[in-house]
Amino acid sequence: MSRQPYIRPMPKATWYLRNGRYKVYMLREVTCLLVGFYSFLMIYGLAALSQDTPQAWNAFLASQQNTFMTIVHAVALLYFLLYQTFAWFELAPKAMPLQLGEKKLPGSVIVIAHYVAWAILSGIIFFATGVI
Amino acid sequence: MAIARKAIVWGLFAAGGTVSSFIFPALILLFLLVSSGHTPIGLEYEPARAFAAGLLGKIALFVVISLSLWHAAHRLRVVFHDFGVRRDQLVAKAVYLVAAVGTLMAAFYLFLIN
Repeated sequence: MSRQPYIRPMPKATWYLRNGRYKVYMLREVTCLLVGFYSFLMIYGLAALSQDTPQAWNAFLASQQNTFMTIVHAVALLYFLLYQTFAWFELAPKAMPLQLGEKKLPGSVIVIAHYVAWAILSGIIFFATGVI
Repeated sequence: MAIARKAIVWGLFAAGGTVSSFIFPALILLFLLVSSGHTPIGLEYEPARAFAAGLLGKIALFVVISLSLWHAAHRLRVVFHDFGVRRDQLVAKAVYLVAAVGTLMAAFYLFLIN
């Protein structure tokens, strides 16, 4: 490497706004904040459960019952579906192409298999929690 | 050695991305139901506690939480880089530490629920 490498000046906070692909990339990457938020929300719920009293658990549920959190969860659900779940499924055949003998499995088959598995898993969760 | 470590980090990232993609939409919808006052029967105290007390429930909760945390940590590390933060080793230590603490907390609370 040269002693004084040329570094092209680049606006640090806004570089991805100049190109549609970069924008989608950044919208996708920041889903990690939602994954982290809901992981810690689950840990918070487990902490409430570990206190072994219905009061602690009900207080956890009540902490979610306000207009602000309802809006957060509704927006998070839509954002997560678009930029994490659907984006991840679409990228799956590119990240893990499957080859059977001589032939490559078409990407669309892998994507559809993901959607089917997702529907089944979600169904199991909703059934187990008594939603359906 | 560096390549081997990269494979583990990326493997955890991919596993966490897959798990969270599959599970989180249903999970967020459950939170939305609770939030809007329609708490499902299965999320009331007794069934929720019974699920977290069972071995299958413990394993499911631990796998989902820990892998999702490692996924989020790795992606956040890249996001920091993308926003021009060039102290990668420091960022990596910080985000993986938070993921490790969260993983330990999940294990500890699950251990307490019997």
